[in-house]
Formats: sequence, C-alpha cells, structure tokens
Amino acid sequence: MRGYVWSVNGPVVIAGGLSTSPVGNQVSVGKAGLVGEIVGIRGDKAVIQVYEDTTGISPGDEIEDRGYPLSVELGPGLLGNIFDGIQRPLKDIRQACGIFVENGVETQSLSREKMWPFTPQVKEGDVIGPGHIIGEVQETSLIKHRVLLPPDIEGKVVWVASEGKYRLDDIVVKIDFDGKEIGLPMYHRWPVRKKRPVSKRLRPDVPLITGQRVIDFLFPVATGGVAAIPGGFGTGKTITQHQLAKWASADIIIYIGCGERGNEITQVLEEFPELQDPRTGRPLIERTIIIANTSNMPVAAREASVYTGITMAEYFRDQGYNVALMADSTSRWAEALREIAGRLEMMPAEEGYPAYLASRLGEFYERAGYAEALSGKRGSITVIGAVSPPGGDFSEPVTMHTKRFVRTFWALDKRLAGQRHFPSINWIDSYSGYVDDLTDWWRENIKGADWSQLRTRIMALLQEADRLERVAQLIGVDALPDAQRLVIEIARLVRFGFLQQNAYSADSFSAPEKGLKIIEIILFFYDRAKELLDIGIHVLTVIEMEEFAQIMRLKEEIPNDKLEEFDRFKERLDEAFREIGARYGVNI
Amino acid sequence: MELTFEGVKESSRFKELRGAIAVLEPIDGVFYGEMVEFDIGDGSRRLGRVLESGKEAIIVQVFEGTAGISTSKAKAKFLGQPFKLGVSEEMLGRVFNGTGRPIDNYPLPTIDKEVDINGLAINPMSRDYPRDIIQTGISAIDAMNTLVRGQKLPIFSGSGLPHNEIVAQIIKQASVSGKAEKFAIVFAAMGIRFDEALFFRDVLENTANMDKVTMFLNLADDPPEERIITPRCALTLAEYLAFEKGRHVLVIIGDMTNYCESLRELSAARDEVPSRKGYPGYMYTDLASLYERCGRVKDREGSVTLIPFLTMPNMDISHPIPDLTGYITEGQIVLSRTLHQKGIYPPIDLPPSLSRLMKDAIGKGRTREDHPNVANQLYASYAEVQWIRSLADIVGEEELSERDKKFLEFGQRFEERFLSQGYDENRTLEQTLNIAWEVLSILPENQLHRLTKEQIEKYYNRE
Repeated sequence: MRGYVWSVNGPVVIAGGLSTSPVGNQVSVGKAGLVGEIVGIRGDKAVIQVYEDTTGISPGDEIEDRGYPLSVELGPGLLGNIFDGIQRPLKDIRQACGIFVENGVETQSLSREKMWPFTPQVKEGDVIGPGHIIGEVQETSLIKHRVLLPPDIEGKVVWVASEGKYRLDDIVVKIDFDGKEIGLPMYHRWPVRKKRPVSKRLRPDVPLITGQRVIDFLFPVATGGVAAIPGGFGTGKTITQHQLAKWASADIIIYIGCGERGNEITQVLEEFPELQDPRTGRPLIERTIIIANTSNMPVAAREASVYTGITMAEYFRDQGYNVALMADSTSRWAEALREIAGRLEMMPAEEGYPAYLASRLGEFYERAGYAEALSGKRGSITVIGAVSPPGGDFSEPVTMHTKRFVRTFWALDKRLAGQRHFPSINWIDSYSGYVDDLTDWWRENIKGADWSQLRTRIMALLQEADRLERVAQLIGVDALPDAQRLVIEIARLVRFGFLQQNAYSADSFSAPEKGLKIIEIILFFYDRAKELLDIGIHVLTVIEMEEFAQIMRLKEEIPNDKLEEFDRFKERLDEAFREIGARYGVNI
Repeated sequence: MELTFEGVKESSRFKELRGAIAVLEPIDGVFYGEMVEFDIGDGSRRLGRVLESGKEAIIVQVFEGTAGISTSKAKAKFLGQPFKLGVSEEMLGRVFNGTGRPIDNYPLPTIDKEVDINGLAINPMSRDYPRDIIQTGISAIDAMNTLVRGQKLPIFSGSGLPHNEIVAQIIKQASVSGKAEKFAIVFAAMGIRFDEALFFRDVLENTANMDKVTMFLNLADDPPEERIITPRCALTLAEYLAFEKGRHVLVIIGDMTNYCESLRELSAARDEVPSRKGYPGYMYTDLASLYERCGRVKDREGSVTLIPFLTMPNMDISHPIPDLTGYITEGQIVLSRTLHQKGIYPPIDLPPSLSRLMKDAIGKGRTREDHPNVANQLYASYAEVQWIRSLADIVGEEELSERDKKFLEFGQRFEERFLSQGYDENRTLEQTLNIAWEVLSILPENQLHRLTKEQIEKYYNRE
C-alpha cells in the first residue's frame, strides 16, 4: 500500500492514505527510503516513527507500506557481527558511505553471498513441529548454528537438500504445510516486538559464573535470570557490563550499546577479537553479537535496538544455547520512549515518561528465562540491564520500575568509585534473590565449598563493619574494643583483598575456586586473630603482620591455575600465627 | 505564496508569531530542517529553521526571535537546504559570530565547501580507539585525569571559579610529545560575558598558535536562539579540519549551561512536554549529537578532541546539565569551591573527577610504567585523607592514630605540592610523576597497596 507524508516533526511522521495499514508494519518514507514503523492510527492518518534522521522530508513525499512488521533476519551470519538498532550491518554501511552513517542506506541484514556448510537433520517423510531443528551449520568454531523451522510453521518434509555448501537464501528443506509446499532457506524473519514461543519455562538453578568475585559470591545471578546495574555516571556500569560480556559462562553474548558512547563500542570491537574465552580459548568475538546504536544515532532506532537484541537472544535460546544479553543502558531506551511519546503528544506520567514505561520494561525483562524450547532443547536468556539514574538517584522512575522486574540488583556506589574501588557494587544496597536456588549447584559442582555459609559469614562481617565504622567515626577507632577493631580490619581485607578486582590485570577473571581460596584465607586469618586477641594480644600486633598486607595482593599474584599456592600461603600464615603465640608463651 | 528562483519558496502568510516561533500557512515541498531567511521589511534579515512541516502549518524557529516582525511586512524565504556552513582552512585565525558570519572586519573567507551543520553520526565501525595522550602541563589532569586525543572531557565549574583560566592554560600548554603535527583550535562561546570573550581573545592572540585558532562568539546579549547553532558551526569546521585536512583539532565549547537554557526556552515556546526541571526530554540526545562528534576515525590522520565547560547551577552535580553531560562524555574534571577558597589553583576536585580513556593511553610504552598505579594510589590515599579529615573534625586531631596523622600530612602536602601549580607553570609528565612519588613517600610503605613491590623499590623515597 502507498501513502504520503502529511506532516513531519523530528522522528515522527503523520501519513495520509495508510489508515487501513496494520499498526506495527514497516514502511519506507520519502525518496531516500527511510525505514519507519506505523505506531498508531488517528482518524484517517497513520502515525509513523522513523528510524533515521528526517531532515529533508517534506509533506507530500511518498510512503510505502512494506506489508510486514518490523522484524529481524535470523540465521547463520549473526555471530561476530555488529548491527545498528534495526539490524543493518555497520560494516556494510561503512563500505557504502565511509566514516559517517548516512540516511537511507540499503543493506542486507545477513550476507547472501557467503556459503555455509549445511548438514540436514531431517529426512523426507518426517513430520516436524514448529521450532524443529532442520539442519546444522558450523557458524564459528565455537558455535554450531541450528537451523530452525519457524515457530509458526509445521508439516511433513517433502524434500531435503544434500549436505553441502549453500547460500543463506538457497532452499534447503521443503515441507508440506496444510497442503501447501513451502521452501525453507537457512534463515527466517521474526517480528521483534513479538516474543518467540517456548514449550515450557523452567526454574533457573544454575549460576551464571561471571568471574567477578563480588557477583559470584555475594550477589549472584542465575543462568536465565535477570539483573540490573544502576549507577550514576563514572561508577563503572559500562566496565562491569564489558567484564560480564567477556567472562560470563554463557554460550552466546549479545551486547546492546543503546544510546551510549561510540568509543565504548570501538573498544569492544578492538578488544573482543583479541581476548580469549577462558573456557574454550577461542576469540570472544566468535560468540558475540553487538548491536550499536550510539547516543547520536537516531532515537527511534535506539528504541528498537533492545527488541532487536532480545529477539536474536530468543532465537539462540531456541537452539538450546545459554545466552547472556547486556543492555547498556536501559535508561537511554526509556528516554527514547519518552521522546517519542512526547512527539506523539501523549499524556506524560512521572518525569515526563509515558504511563506505559513500566509495562514495556516488564515485557522486556520477562523475555528472559530458562526454558525448554519447541525443539526440545533447553536454553536460557540472562538479561543484565544497566540503568543510568539521573543524578545517581535510585528513586527515579526507570530504576524503581526496573526493581520490580529483576531479582538481582547491583547498586553501584559513587563513593566507592571515588575511592577507585571497582567493581563499585555496594554491599549494603545490593541484593540477589537467587541465593537459595543456587546453593545446591555450588555444593554439587565446586569441591569442598560451603558457598552459602561462607557467603553468609562475609555478608554479616561487612554489615557489622559498616555499623562499627559509623560508630568509630563518632568516637575514634582507638576507642573501640580490640575485637571490634579486628572486625573493621578484616572487613578491609575483604574489601581490598577480595571484593576489589582490577578489570585490566591478570585478576580480570577470577575462577570460583580462586575466590573460594581467598575467602577461606581471610576467614582463617580472622579466626586465628581472634584466638590471639582472646589471650590478650593487641590488635595492632595482628594487623601489622606482614601476611596481613600480603593477603591483599594474593588475588593479583596467584593465577587461577596455580591454586595450590594458596594452600602454601595458608601454611605460612598458620606458621606466623604460631610464632606470635610462641612469643607470648601460648600454644595456638 | 510565490515561487522565485530554483528551489527557493517565499511566503508572507503568517498564522502566528510568539517568542522564537513563527507559524506559517503550509507550502508543498518545505521540508523538516530546512533553513529559512526572514526579510522583516526594514532591510534586516533573520535566520530560522523548520521545526515541523505539515499540510496544515509550517512551524519555524526564528534565531533572533520574532520581536519586530510584522505579519504585514515580513517575508519568509525557504532556502531549499538545511542549515549549512561554508568551511575552509582560511577560517583559521578568524573570528565569527554565533552563526558563522565574520565579525573581525576582514572579508568573508573563501569557501572550500558547504556542509550541513547537523553533521552525521560517526559509524562506530569507523572509529579508532583514542590512545595518544595530550599533555596539558597540569599535574592534576596529566597524572590523574589524562586527556586523550579524540576524547570528550568536560570541565564542571561553578560561578566565580577559574575555569576560564584552566581552559586558557590548556590552550597555551597543550602538546603532543615528540611530534610536530598539524594542530588547530576551534573555540565556541555561547552566552558568555564580553569580558570573558575579551580574555579568551587575548589568550589566543598571545599564543604562538594564533593563526591556528578559529573563534565563534555568541555573547550574553546575542540572541539565545543562535546558541543552538553556534556549537554546531564549531564542530562542523572541526570535523572538516580533522577528517579532511588531517589536523588534530581541540574544540572548546561553553558555557554549556547557557546552551541548555536556550534549549529549554525553545522547547517551552513550542509547548513541549517538559522533563526534569523543565528541560526537554530530548536534551540527552541533543547534547549527544554535539559531544559524540569528536573522536578519531580509521584511515584519517586528524582527530577532534572536545573540552566543553559548564557552570553547575548552585554547584549541584546532579543538576540535569552536568548530569546528562557526564553520562555522555568520557569523564569529567570537577572544580571545587572549597579548594578555591583555600587558595589552591587549579582547584580540581579529584574524587569526582575522572578520565575514562586514560587507562589505555598511559603506562608502559606510552607514558611511564608506574603511571597507572601511581594515579590509583593517589586516588585511594586521597580518599582516605578525606575520611580521616572528617573523623578529625569530630574527635580532634590529637586523638588520631599515628597512621592517620601520616595521612593528614600527606593530604596537606599533596594539595600544596602536587595539586597546586602556577597559571604559567608547565610541568612535564616526568616532573608530575616525580612530585607524586615525593608526596607518596610521606606514607608508610605498607599503606601503598596499589603499587607493586618493584615500583616501591624503584621510586619510593626512604629518607
């Protein structure tokens, strides 16, 4: 169907002649063919949100309804790629127009030239249901791409291509669907705003190991869980997101740079091909998809980018993979909603945000989860959303609504960041609702660990130290009894020797076993020190021990694969305590 | 409506005039973002831009306001193109007003090409990650908040604080070690006072770089609507000089607070739904469309480095203007009134200051191998000083432990020796790091957790 521009105001175009087009359909606007989406109908006019800069569009310009909703192409070629918010490969845009992103560039989301090695997984006569795996393609050395029957098609296989190399749009399987023969290429399209069906949702009970001690031990997130990282500027949201993208124990990483800095995306692009996955040794980029809609790229495409990302995540989940999706930042997405709602002259709710902000956030986070896919395989989507509260104030609408939909909350703290304590996750304000669900996994999988008990002790110690520090601030540290001073000092050990983790050193990824060893040593120190205090030895004697300062450096000095050095250190530590005891004539 | 020559349409059918907004009867073919020239009937002209074009009305933003425009005399000319700026290397050494007209009594420069001032987004795939430092000669910046070529690093100031002097000192001293490369400075002032403008003109005329500087001046008594255009003109010229002429361009724009006030004024005039403190909901996007224009790109020699400065209303860093700026820029340099009152220049407040890009631009093979750890250690120790100071305020200095007293001594020396420096004092990075070790050596060795044993061995002064 064809219509015309009635009026144009920034990214919002009012169109005549399209009042019978379905809401949600994709359109192209003007001679340049700008991509847009119908977001509403008012009387005889259609309201269109345009994903590119509308400078140059004038009333009367032609609009074409493409006849299908805003959707993405799902098939081999996604991994290692970098797209804008509406799945245009930025590499192709660069080839077409140089260093800047120009308007109305025609690109194919997935390459049609590349040949993929296809191995069929069905044979003639098979009756297959929606989401069935029809073939496999080794997409990167890490990931075997499972080609799926689209979730809205089923039937009997009438023809299968033989094993071999094919282009993305070559027909590889034909099926009889309700008496109609349908040829299936290696990809299909799926509307981004519609969630892909699964056969059953499951309870997440495996932790997402991130290699970040403060997360893995204190505030874990489950594989298939949802977490939010709120923090003012400069508190390290993006670095934390990058760390998770690098080290999280997921098969696929989808990183959405939503309304953020261009240089940060460049950093990911430079780093990921160089970095190795700690589990497989392959370049991280082979399991990563990047969606980059930086803050100066069109605002409507920013709104679409999170849907584009989560739809890709669902597609890989349906293939039986564990996907971790990072959205940096959901606040920029919410602002895009606000900006567009404002241009549509909708009634604002809190702080100018539209009233549907909460339901949109809920819809998005609910697309995460651990599930049995239609293919029978189990897969998951873990969503980690950064939130950028204005002024670092967590009572603003986006943070508040996000809290309702996430179970793990990593509150970043400006004060810690000012002290260069990273990750600056505040241990008092953060929480995780997954602790009970994950306890069994730790017991069964990590040798000799009573994770939940250690965790409880550390948390209690930090809380206690926090309280005592406030008292000390009033009466001076020297006025506290020795036992309480020890608590403060041990909490310092926990902070500097355990929680603090440098993203740019060898300690960047800390295996669960390593974290466990450090914690054990700190608590061992604590218990032994208490024994000394009990026999009247001064707290300063204890904290001036050489080993005290050494504990803080263990994380940097001992790598993940030399854990036995921790045991040696522990022996030395024990020795040192015995010596002090002996000096005072006590056998401890 | 009457059609004149090619592409240009004229109309005098005004429907409404209020503030900076003119509403006209619809004309086919007028597009969103088109430039408009008003002939107001007394021989003078004003510029404007189409904010909304529809079949019922055209809404135009008038840069100098609608005061004096009469519906019977004025004519609007739609120029058939978006707002463009003619650019060329001849613009270096010249002074222009906020919309790019020369105000230095010299003739119009020859133009190489005309460019849409709104620019286009740099494709993240084309960007090159910034890794070369710009030495400013200011210790608190070079050691602790290193400025990197292609970075956007704002200065958050307050009224009465010496941000102009710091900016001027950076302009005078900025250098890239060891390389004689093509350099340029583009300075855009928005709504600043006449004496401030004069100060900057003096500074620029007295630097050796005079012929490499272009200024765009919109003063406090110039039309506020023009302020929306001014930074875009500056960045358009900067992009041209950097990406087409291979120069390393340092762009200094400010006061961003005045820019944002104009944005709010304009938004209110259009009856838009306001967000925080009455500023428009799209202020983040609008600021990003300025700040994100800096950077480095692959296969081009030049770079655009941006230092925006702004005065925080009431020194409130959570005010929307510094807040949104901080979310876009790669760090911030925050000034402190307390330090200023203590007589410390430059009064850079370190705990909230940050340069996000420094970590990849410093250290072994780039600056000095101990640089990253020294910076971290100074930050951590200085944070400890703040805590101990607040403790001392309550319990009295006498009650502090020996360790804490050492920290107080360190804090004092750090501010006097490291942070403070003269307006004309240009320190090399080597000097800066040596002073850092001098003050760190006040602290006991076992308090320096961020430094390696080897570094302590090599630089710590045990005397």
